[in-house]
Amino acid sequence: MSKILLKGGRVVDPSQTLDGVRDVRLVDGIVAEVGADLDGSDDTRTVDCSGLVVTPGLIDVHVHLREPGEEHKETIESGARSAAAGGFTAVCAMPNTNPPIDDPAAVGYVAAQGRRAGAARVYPVGCISVGRAGERLALVGEMVEAGAVAITDDGNPVMDSGLMKLALQYAQTFGIPVADHPEDITLSARGHMNAGLMSTRLGLSGKPNASEDIHIVRDLLLAELTGGHIHLQHVSTRFGVESIRQAKARGVHVTAEASPHHLILTEEAVEGYRTDAKMNPPLRSPEDRAAVREGVADGTLDTIATDHAPHHYDEKEAAFADAPFGIVGLETALGLVLTHVVGEGVIDLPTMVERMSCHPARTFRLPGGSLASESAADVTVFDPIATWTVDPSAFVSKSRNTPFGGWKLKGRVRYTIVNGQVVFEQ
Amino acid sequence: MSEPITALGKDLIGLEPLTREQILSILDTAEPFKEISERRIKKVPVLRGKTIVNLFFEASTRTRVSFEFAEKRLSADTVNISSSGSSVVKGETLVDTARNLEAMRIDMVVIRHGASGAARFLAERIPSNVVNAGDGSHEHPTQALLDMLTIRDHLGDLEGLKVCIVGDVLHSRVARSNIYGLLKMGAEVGVCGPPTLVPRGFAELGCTVFTRVEDAIQWADALNVLRLQLERMQGGYVPSLREYNRIWGVSSERLERAPKDILILHPGPMNRGVEIDSDVADGPHSVILNQVTNGVAVRMAVLYLLAGGRPETAEAAKGGAGS
Repeated sequence: MSKILLKGGRVVDPSQTLDGVRDVRLVDGIVAEVGADLDGSDDTRTVDCSGLVVTPGLIDVHVHLREPGEEHKETIESGARSAAAGGFTAVCAMPNTNPPIDDPAAVGYVAAQGRRAGAARVYPVGCISVGRAGERLALVGEMVEAGAVAITDDGNPVMDSGLMKLALQYAQTFGIPVADHPEDITLSARGHMNAGLMSTRLGLSGKPNASEDIHIVRDLLLAELTGGHIHLQHVSTRFGVESIRQAKARGVHVTAEASPHHLILTEEAVEGYRTDAKMNPPLRSPEDRAAVREGVADGTLDTIATDHAPHHYDEKEAAFADAPFGIVGLETALGLVLTHVVGEGVIDLPTMVERMSCHPARTFRLPGGSLASESAADVTVFDPIATWTVDPSAFVSKSRNTPFGGWKLKGRVRYTIVNGQVVFEQ
Repeated sequence: MSEPITALGKDLIGLEPLTREQILSILDTAEPFKEISERRIKKVPVLRGKTIVNLFFEASTRTRVSFEFAEKRLSADTVNISSSGSSVVKGETLVDTARNLEAMRIDMVVIRHGASGAARFLAERIPSNVVNAGDGSHEHPTQALLDMLTIRDHLGDLEGLKVCIVGDVLHSRVARSNIYGLLKMGAEVGVCGPPTLVPRGFAELGCTVFTRVEDAIQWADALNVLRLQLERMQGGYVPSLREYNRIWGVSSERLERAPKDILILHPGPMNRGVEIDSDVADGPHSVILNQVTNGVAVRMAVLYLLAGGRPETAEAAKGGAGS
């Protein structure tokens, strides 16, 4: 029996349109009740949450945990603990590992390593295609039986439209989304940053918005054609946001992510050849950032996901064109979103919880995302006014690659509770 | 370690961060240094005791030799390290190469590298002065400085002159450095070539964009003709070298239709019969070899200024008009 009573916090749970001071009782891995002035028995751990915010556990549907194959960057264990330290109770692990997660045994391995870590829940995502080669469908059904919650060839876009159509049809059997990294690599493969004045100045080849827009539109058309569920990853362009908005309006089954970095930074961050600002899709123009913010505000982009992409410091300590794409995000996401998205009035706190917990749970059909009774006892508790400075050397993650080092953020995780157990506290 | 404040700062990475006054001071400092190369004994003790490493990760003959002459004629001790092709020597990273050189207590590094930003990367990590001898498609500041010095020698003040860069502007570090430098000096800058190699974005830098070389010739006082790399054809940017010459080649026939004589520059090495015809390259308005001569003087000026020399004492530093 494990019993936890979270006393006197501001409970923000959009799944039951709740925003008020309440107590939350967790018993044996489920939410037992939410109410005013609940009493704890002797065997209950009572946590004083006055001044703190209590929400359904945050869920990041887009992380790279690098295991198997690149354990010098991250392991499933270090990634799951990094997630817990960032307030996430669950993450979806992308399958672009070495070897890739494209069969049920590999899916089972990721799930088992996740359970062993005993931190945030780790949900495996399987490949769309065998070997991520973009040629023929992987064993989607068997991977789902082994625990895969979605399929994607993330890291590689699916260039073959015929294969994408088959995936969107086939996945409907299992009720899972097909997630795509939308990028036409014939337009962008040699690009290292956004295509524009900045790339012209720096003498770096660029990835134009069109390379992303073309695949977003293609995927939307294929979802419309098949009735399948397309989940568009890390949308970064204004035309992309508008296209998704229109598709949602005509009833296409589409969900879509924004990343904290695309909500906060622009290509200006690349100035000086900063490899910690090199990511794919690239940081784009202020107009694109404004569109991504608008998309998150009106729900066109229904999910905030980090695209947590650890890299060893040696790999980023290189000339810009030689450095890999991606930044770590799990331990900065909540503070960044609270400070620069909620704090700047783009969305309110309940909407943030919707984008970072409720909606991801619904999209990927995961436990959590709600504090209604009988829900999984996955809870995030944070201090909304505590300020802290991002210190990459203190990250729980094995990697340090972030452009946000030294940033002062407002909003700090206090407790991360998974399945009724406190897996992180500070 | 405290760094002396020089007229240029610690490094010369590009012309984009420089002021008009700094560029002018390099050009003016190069003037007295020209004469050293005309002496019977081509050596002055300006950089005696300084150690300079020429670190060339890309093949180069002209630029490396020009730097080496500049260094030796100023009495510096020089070491050349060359490695063509990859961005690393025997798997060693650029940062490790830099740290190893630094551990040998050097004063300056001249770096040529295939990656944009490599010179700045090095400059941020070592206390020695760093001179960019070309980084990827980013900048090649000494080339643009010698181009500007050569134009100034022949046409006078750069203010108000119209200079058009013709060819593969997209991939060209020479083009970017010339654009930044010339615009700061008050010149008008045109860029001309097939739109695959001169995309629209260059207008945002302040250039006039020409698609037809005939239009550029009508407009310009000087043409700076860039080498068309063979790999651009392989990359599909132009269908064939023959067609490129037919449509964008600078020929005497086209130049004869210009309203005035046009100064012809080329950073070399030339593909005769591709971007430039031989009778133009060897013709009366070509200053291509003057560029090469000026290259040594400009590089002497840059090394002198980075070593802490002042523009106004350059004449005295080199010992007047010597033997």
